[in-house]
Amino acid sequence: MTTTRAATATGTGPRRADGPRKAAGTAPYAYEYPVADLAYIAPVQATVARGRVLEVDASDAEAVEGVLTVLWHANAPRLEPDPDLSGLQRAAELAVLQSGEVAYRGQVVAAVVAETFEAAHQAAAQVTVRYEQFPHDVDLSDQRSDAVAPEEDHRQGDTAGAEPADVVVEHTYTTAMQHNNPMEPHSTVAHFDGAALTLYESTQGVHEVRRTVAAIAGLDPRSVHVIAPYVGGGFGSKGPLHAPTALATLAAMALPGRSVKLALTRRQMFALVGYRSPTLQRVRLTADAQGRLSGIDVVATVQSSALADFVEQAALPSKSMYAAPNRRMGHRAVHLDAPVPTWMRAPGECPGMFGPEVAMDELAWSCGLDPIELRLRNEPDRDPHTHKPFSSRNLAACLHEGARRFGWDGRAPVSAARTENGWRVGLGVAASTYPVVPPPSGSRARIRYEGEGVYVVSLGAADIGTGAWTALTQVAADALGAPLERVRVRLGDTTLPEASLAGGSTGLASWGSTVHAAAEAFRARHGQAPEPGAEAEADLPDNPDGDDFAMFAYGAQFAEVRVHEATGEVRVPRLLGVFAAGRIVNSRTARSQFLGGMTMGLSMALHEESVVDGRFGHVVNADFAEYHIAANADVEDIQAHWIDEEDPHVNPLGAKGIGEIGIVGTAAAVANAAYHATGVRVRSLPVRLDDFVGA
Amino acid sequence: MNPFDYHRAEDAAGAAALVADNPAAAFLAGGTNLVDRMKLGVTAPDTLVDITHLPMDEVEELPEGGLRIGANVRNSEAAAHPLVRTRYPVLSQALLSGASGQLRNAATTGGNLLQRTRCVYFQDLSTPCNKREPGSGCSALEGYQRYHAVFGASPDCVATHPSDMAVALAALDAQAVVQDAAAERRIPVSRLHRLPGEAPERDTVLAHGDLITAVELPAMPMAARARYRKIRDRASFAFALVSAAAAMELAEDGTVADARIALGGVAHKPWRARLAEEALIGAAATGHDFAAAAEAELAEARPLPGNTFKLPLVRAAITTTLGEVADGVRGRGAGPDQGEGER
Amino acid sequence: MEADITLTVDGRPRALRVDTRTTLLDALREHLDNTAPKKGCDHGQCGSCTVLLSGRRVVSCLILAAAADGAEVTTAAGLGDEAAPHPLQQAFVEHDGLQCGYCTPGQVCSAAGVLDEAAAGWPSAATPPDDLAEGSAPVLTDAEIRERMSGNLCRCGAYAGIVAAVGDAARAHAPAESGGNR
Repeated sequence: MTTTRAATATGTGPRRADGPRKAAGTAPYAYEYPVADLAYIAPVQATVARGRVLEVDASDAEAVEGVLTVLWHANAPRLEPDPDLSGLQRAAELAVLQSGEVAYRGQVVAAVVAETFEAAHQAAAQVTVRYEQFPHDVDLSDQRSDAVAPEEDHRQGDTAGAEPADVVVEHTYTTAMQHNNPMEPHSTVAHFDGAALTLYESTQGVHEVRRTVAAIAGLDPRSVHVIAPYVGGGFGSKGPLHAPTALATLAAMALPGRSVKLALTRRQMFALVGYRSPTLQRVRLTADAQGRLSGIDVVATVQSSALADFVEQAALPSKSMYAAPNRRMGHRAVHLDAPVPTWMRAPGECPGMFGPEVAMDELAWSCGLDPIELRLRNEPDRDPHTHKPFSSRNLAACLHEGARRFGWDGRAPVSAARTENGWRVGLGVAASTYPVVPPPSGSRARIRYEGEGVYVVSLGAADIGTGAWTALTQVAADALGAPLERVRVRLGDTTLPEASLAGGSTGLASWGSTVHAAAEAFRARHGQAPEPGAEAEADLPDNPDGDDFAMFAYGAQFAEVRVHEATGEVRVPRLLGVFAAGRIVNSRTARSQFLGGMTMGLSMALHEESVVDGRFGHVVNADFAEYHIAANADVEDIQAHWIDEEDPHVNPLGAKGIGEIGIVGTAAAVANAAYHATGVRVRSLPVRLDDFVGA
Repeated sequence: MNPFDYHRAEDAAGAAALVADNPAAAFLAGGTNLVDRMKLGVTAPDTLVDITHLPMDEVEELPEGGLRIGANVRNSEAAAHPLVRTRYPVLSQALLSGASGQLRNAATTGGNLLQRTRCVYFQDLSTPCNKREPGSGCSALEGYQRYHAVFGASPDCVATHPSDMAVALAALDAQAVVQDAAAERRIPVSRLHRLPGEAPERDTVLAHGDLITAVELPAMPMAARARYRKIRDRASFAFALVSAAAAMELAEDGTVADARIALGGVAHKPWRARLAEEALIGAAATGHDFAAAAEAELAEARPLPGNTFKLPLVRAAITTTLGEVADGVRGRGAGPDQGEGER
Repeated sequence: MEADITLTVDGRPRALRVDTRTTLLDALREHLDNTAPKKGCDHGQCGSCTVLLSGRRVVSCLILAAAADGAEVTTAAGLGDEAAPHPLQQAFVEHDGLQCGYCTPGQVCSAAGVLDEAAAGWPSAATPPDDLAEGSAPVLTDAEIRERMSGNLCRCGAYAGIVAAVGDAARAHAPAESGGNR
């Protein structure tokens, strides 16, 4: 590529900055740093779902050649977790080997550290754990009297008062338990040198890791160095810290001077690093005969853990999605003897838009309306929740543009109307939304002029595959007025200025705005002809409009679904999404973000289901052979488009987040298309052949 | 994984003797299932006898028009072999519908036959499993049953055999050539695997130390138009929920003269659907007859609460595959089910 | 138990002593400092560890290093590097067929295997049955590429870019054929 003038960098599509290194396999991930004196950790997991470890017999394990130590609660170093550990960090989840209490099956109850990987795993299999077993409870249902409302229901008007209505749609919609399953297993390399701890960690935020590890281990945060420039995906599960990082820290404490390595097995990832709770959504829509909503009632039952609380906010998106005078949105949480759920791509919105968007489709059929028209008739002119104006809301434009590109006009107005070569064919649509999450404060960026036209931009952000590395380079180039090739971005290290976690689709808004501010500070201080070595730093600026507007990205998802007449097999030959997400900084990597979200949405729609066997208490289909994620052959014609959206209120870049909205609504669009194809309404994910064969 | 000795075998009889003499020894071929199980702790040999360097890697023509596929022929090579493709395309299809390109490049003909069930409880040491630990109980009987049997199961085991290749071989009347320390013998593939009965720990009729050296396919003209249909959740790289291999020969009057049907994903072994075959003979080869054949077989089915959906799937697998075969036999070319990339 | 083996890795002969339990993947990653092949599942279910073993794509996590004694191994790092990338690596970057990058070296090796297998006339499950039975050579349509690349899972969902990248490389690899019909 020829030299790109800075003023044009934003909005173009330069290639991924880290692409060549990744394609060649030379970009190092956490487990891959060459370290001296290494040792391998192999966890031992509880085989009861609730109970107490009475005794660990490690004699066989210790006899394995190369075993350095076997840790369990009687001999493990003590952690000093801060009980008020802030934010999403759950102290109880991180108190690894601090007591014999077992709160879920698969919890770490011991760990072997050995000279070799093979010895560690052999020995871990030879550790004998004796338990006192207690009855456990892992059965989620929306009929349980012990479900708790974690907050008061959100109410406007009176949903009971929405009667009489011409049309009522009332059903329970369910989404399955899902596991994030980034391709890179959660990995840590930990090394204590005196009081200084170095962690190579697969994480969505190095500073978050430093803060949390320091808090649980009683360390000065300044003595904890976290390194993570390359991260093999996270999708939320590498946001908050989980037990394995605490375990690696403990092992490093137990073996000072050694570099201890831990990479979870895929199977262990189904117990130790969080998951998306299943949801049972009771949705009740009331409307007049023209499809104008009079009431929206969404109560979502989800599971949390007896160990620590995490409530999937599945009823949340309905608060702001459509206009209706009478509204209730609430959550019911059941605390089970299960691992602690966590964020998974678009927590809240992703499962929470399934029920309501399928219900909207059902309402459209009941009213004899096109489902796009139904949604247009219920567009609010202000945020129904806060009554604030929208900073921008272009759902209607997304629906129109998507309909045009997808060929929606030719859709038959009846279901089960079209069969091609033995496949029933249908089209479906659903809306998507994701909030512009206010970026957490505390991000800071530094810009330094190296001479020869080269600028180095530093901040401790994480590119977990989002393209942040590339987009931040563009933002800095534009703000500095420098060519793209002369801007180097450094990230993923706590020696760099603090940056917020990669989560909530806040990366670009947060870090980009910070880099933008740092560039302006640099020019203000050093002008257009800086001396080599000139530096400036800036913090994330406050958003003066932050409190005055409701801020969301929107999208419209279209799916063509084929259901085999005889076998019920479900395939999705076409998926198309149109998004309104503010300014798109990098067209190439943004498209990948949208497509990636849609692909994961397709995977959720057709495949993903972690099966808990209630007798044992754990996920039994805990590998990639049984827990299917979409394979290449599942994804056929898939397209993402966006509309030009100017939003001066969200941040200086005008960019809304794009990492999560792509997954929102996809599953509903697929289920709606499957109904159009077959006349069979599936209200429970995943949508599979059992729903159709013989139906 | 426990430590083990590794030997490269010099000859087949010697390899068989080496394993026969040591109850904790195992043959290593492609390793795609054995190494997988060893990592899980499901299998813990103290000696591995690597047979991949034995000269069993040829596909050869047999005198009467059959084929002999060496046990070490990789699944991908067997699937791509011109004689397999033209004479037994159903075998190529079955092979190509299994696993992934990488696994097919390593997995061997012999190893594919002897792979073990992927029942989630069999693979999970923390749960009871009669196949893994006789007498401990069957967790699947009241557990996760999506991939479990609807034919021939027992109260002790409801696991299925996961191979696609073996289903095609069962339909093709293939024989496994088996070498022990002393002699060679032949076992029909359809009788190689057992039903679980009271001894689910035994997958096959082979004795410890028996080495499969080849698979022999008899000449079968109708095999050239035989087809394989695999029904699965994921569009690729997934085990069968139900699969069917079918061959059919029509008499001059258009009735069925001969038929072979085998099913996958439904039993502890590749399930030769002999009741369906019998029902077809002399029938008119219409969709109605195919459905009647399926019903004849389904009379034997005993689904579990978690896999009743497999009964209509068996019906669909049999009828769509026979329909496709019939179209080919009658010269109508590809049936309606042949959308590109949709298998 | 240990075994002394030699491997030719990315063109370079390497002698090493391994535990017989050590997989080819761990031999490369833990003993030979070649971390291009990744460990995503360690059970052959994700394809991240794909390498070319004596020219054929395999999952290195299920191959014992001792059994690979004497073999030639090519990893993504051996196909090309940042300075001189393989055409497939270039195509992956051009089509943004990667995000987090963890599955990418395996995807690239797998794609290299796909091109060779197609050139050798190997069919796939996406090959129309009549073409398969007639023994005709496959054309790498998008449907063929999707099927052949399905042993490589990508959680970021970069499949669309991957198919485009492999399609580009396939057309360059076999200029006489038109390929890629969708």
